[in-house]
Amino acid sequence: MDELEEIKITFFQECDELLGDLESGLLSIDAGATDPELINAVFRAVHSIKGGAGAFGLEALVRYAHVFETLLDNVRGGKTDLRSELVKALLRAADVLADHVAAAKQGGEGDAVSTAAMVEELEAWISGGPVPTAPAEEVNIEPNEDGIVFTPIKLSIPEVDEGPKEQAWTITFQPMDELYSKANEAGLLIREIERLGKIEVELLDDALPTFDSLDPETAHFAWKVRLRTEVQEERIREVFEFVEGHCSTTIVREAPAPTAIEPAAGPDIAAIIAAAQAGDAQAAANSAPSEEATAIAPEPPAASLPAAAVPALAESMSSRGAPPPAPEKGNQATIRVDPERIDKLIDLVGELVINQAMLAQRVSGHGFAASSDVGRGLDELEQLTRDIQDSVMAIRAQPVKSVFQRMPRLVREIAGQTGKQVRLVTEGEGTEVDKTVIERISEPITHMLRNAIDHGLETPEERIEAGKPAEGTVRLAALHRGGRIVIEVGDDGKGINRPRVRQLAIDRGLISADAQLTDEEVDNLIFLPGFSTAAKISDISGRGVGMDVVRKSVQGLGGRISISSKPGLGSMFTLSLPLTLAVLDGMVIDVAGQTLVVPLTAIVESLRPTPAEVKKVGAQGGVLAVRDAYVPLVDIGRVLGFQTVDTNPAEGVVLLVDSEVGGRAALVADSIHGQRQVVIKSLESNYQQVPGIAAATILGDGRVALILDVDALVAMRRRELPRADEPFIEAAE
Amino acid sequence: MHQPTNPVANERRELTSFWAGGQEYCVDIMSVREIRGWSAATPLPQSPQYMRGVINLRGAVLPIMDLAERLDLPPTQPSERSVIIVVQVGERLVGLLVDAVSDILSINPDQIQPTPDVGCDQAKAFIRGLITIDDRMVSEIAVERLLPEVEGLAA
Repeated sequence: MDELEEIKITFFQECDELLGDLESGLLSIDAGATDPELINAVFRAVHSIKGGAGAFGLEALVRYAHVFETLLDNVRGGKTDLRSELVKALLRAADVLADHVAAAKQGGEGDAVSTAAMVEELEAWISGGPVPTAPAEEVNIEPNEDGIVFTPIKLSIPEVDEGPKEQAWTITFQPMDELYSKANEAGLLIREIERLGKIEVELLDDALPTFDSLDPETAHFAWKVRLRTEVQEERIREVFEFVEGHCSTTIVREAPAPTAIEPAAGPDIAAIIAAAQAGDAQAAANSAPSEEATAIAPEPPAASLPAAAVPALAESMSSRGAPPPAPEKGNQATIRVDPERIDKLIDLVGELVINQAMLAQRVSGHGFAASSDVGRGLDELEQLTRDIQDSVMAIRAQPVKSVFQRMPRLVREIAGQTGKQVRLVTEGEGTEVDKTVIERISEPITHMLRNAIDHGLETPEERIEAGKPAEGTVRLAALHRGGRIVIEVGDDGKGINRPRVRQLAIDRGLISADAQLTDEEVDNLIFLPGFSTAAKISDISGRGVGMDVVRKSVQGLGGRISISSKPGLGSMFTLSLPLTLAVLDGMVIDVAGQTLVVPLTAIVESLRPTPAEVKKVGAQGGVLAVRDAYVPLVDIGRVLGFQTVDTNPAEGVVLLVDSEVGGRAALVADSIHGQRQVVIKSLESNYQQVPGIAAATILGDGRVALILDVDALVAMRRRELPRADEPFIEAAE
Repeated sequence: MHQPTNPVANERRELTSFWAGGQEYCVDIMSVREIRGWSAATPLPQSPQYMRGVINLRGAVLPIMDLAERLDLPPTQPSERSVIIVVQVGERLVGLLVDAVSDILSINPDQIQPTPDVGCDQAKAFIRGLITIDDRMVSEIAVERLLPEVEGLAA
């Protein structure tokens, strides 16, 4: 490979990391962090991308990054105030920068129209100069549906900026259950607010259920606090620092008496700009270091220079202002390794595990006792092999951060499309899983987020009417639980409309009209094929991918997905996946002379039924009486076409499995060999997907064994049966 | 890289020839990864008859195809003398079960004739051309057409 090309690949890898740093830095600032190092890090990220892009002659990228960098440098130097609208603009600018990098990677250039709009907006901010913080009206400059960005021009009114001024704030505060379970107390927080100024507290008890449905362990109350104080917003936010994530809080500054500031719209634009630049000149001069003040003051300051002159100046500033890119990360001594080398290593270790099993099988075949020297040596070898496997898997493990980082942008886009206000909270970004899983979780998370925003959250008007803050919160969290990774996507929206879901399911023939379903079962009806709750098919959720497809792809990974919901309070998707797609715990069984592996996660129990427990139903079907319920029998050998006659369940073994589509089923096999950890081998890499088979593995004797896809198997049997008018979901037992 | 589909004129090509179903066939030697003895394959459910199953090829799962059956000839009866020719098709590897390997042929591109219309769809579909050497006729297999169509991901 061309040496320059190789360096370029490294550059784009670094760009991805830098863009991640950029976005997470901006998001922290957006969330109220004030650490000056953050803005430095953000600036460095853009600066490094620009520098690298220059080396490769990526002109469009450099030009755009340059404007972005100039604005950031102004912010860093205190020339431009970092206010909430500006952070929002910077976030969008970061999205455009990411587009540019992606385009450059493909050898193209970023979209000229969106770039021009963004550059214009950034330049407006650059020439906008310092704007007083005091009466900063909350102008929302989200792009409208056509993607047109209106850029308000700020006027300097220096008089207003003198000293702290008493302001009115409205704080809405709704504790979640966790707040109380973590031994916090709403009263203490309100008392804490009281110490900041004069308060009026109003209890919002709309969510309080009637007494008979009251759950004493659940939080039902919310409070609205009107606070008159001189302190800044950050100080108010600090009160809630320790309960972050355990309550939803909004802090809104009440609009002061209307001032004369209006977005530039009249015929006097030129005059306003002139005024803005004049104010800017004055303020910039004020903020310049004193020894230079006299020299600089008469000159037009940097920020109001014509755009053409800005680059040169910013260049000189960045060369003395910016340290070499990312020096603080140097202390985490890391090495870059081509992922293919690690994959190769993992494959080899997989071979080693198989080989070791083969060896053990042969040694015991030759009559060596487990307590003999050879037997003990093999035990140690097995232990070592497992340790090596674990360590190698740990090398490939990655934090889910790389996936989570892409989500804020998605959320912004969906929020923009749906006209909803959304705040995304992420937790557990450091949770590590194998690379094989990382590569596959982004899609289900995307769908869950889409669903949560599109279907879960209400419009701002509806939310206000329901006594909730206009801005909805979507929480994306990752955690380890029971040797699996769990991803939760929760919203504080309206929850699932159960009567409607139920009615839809009946209308579509998915359940029978008299089916007795628990609330949980009703919620999970949305995963059935052919179900879509959106009254009108929207652009976001109506892309032909329903939750059934999401569930199917999750199951393909050996995972589960479910949803729980509280009416009026929100819904939560829970996705659980194995930590790796490289190994699996399985039950090795014999079916019609073939050795198969059943994933252990699917098996509820295994049993040897008595002839009396097996009942014939019709010519082909059969059920097994398990305690009080009848479970349909599925003959593995016949469904897979290995045999034409069913194995008599009373002579074989039955595995009770929970399948997501067909409820519980009893798989009939000839015999069980035992439990084993197996290395998953893809069938698709050399062949294609096989119905009923999830993957393959290699057993101790070196032969290939197939791993069953339990859900697909049960679904295949159902399809095979003449379509009975049985309900899709069995009535609750 | 050798381009079997577009051979440069005058460039000699090497082909591995073998027997399957009583006829002699060959594939481009560049696509042959290895030749190994027959070992029992694990059958794949719900697969075409000519797919004999999968075997373990140093840790990878290798599908085995009975070439004779794929060409609509009587199925191969695997014996100890049967061989598996591992060929590369794009990114994938597939094992062809054949009766025996016979020869390495070195030919001029002009020795290959296009497949005449023989009234057998399978033969026409999988045979790229015919090669005459002395009094033998060897058919060149178009390996990339052998694998079953990959099912589209129905969403």
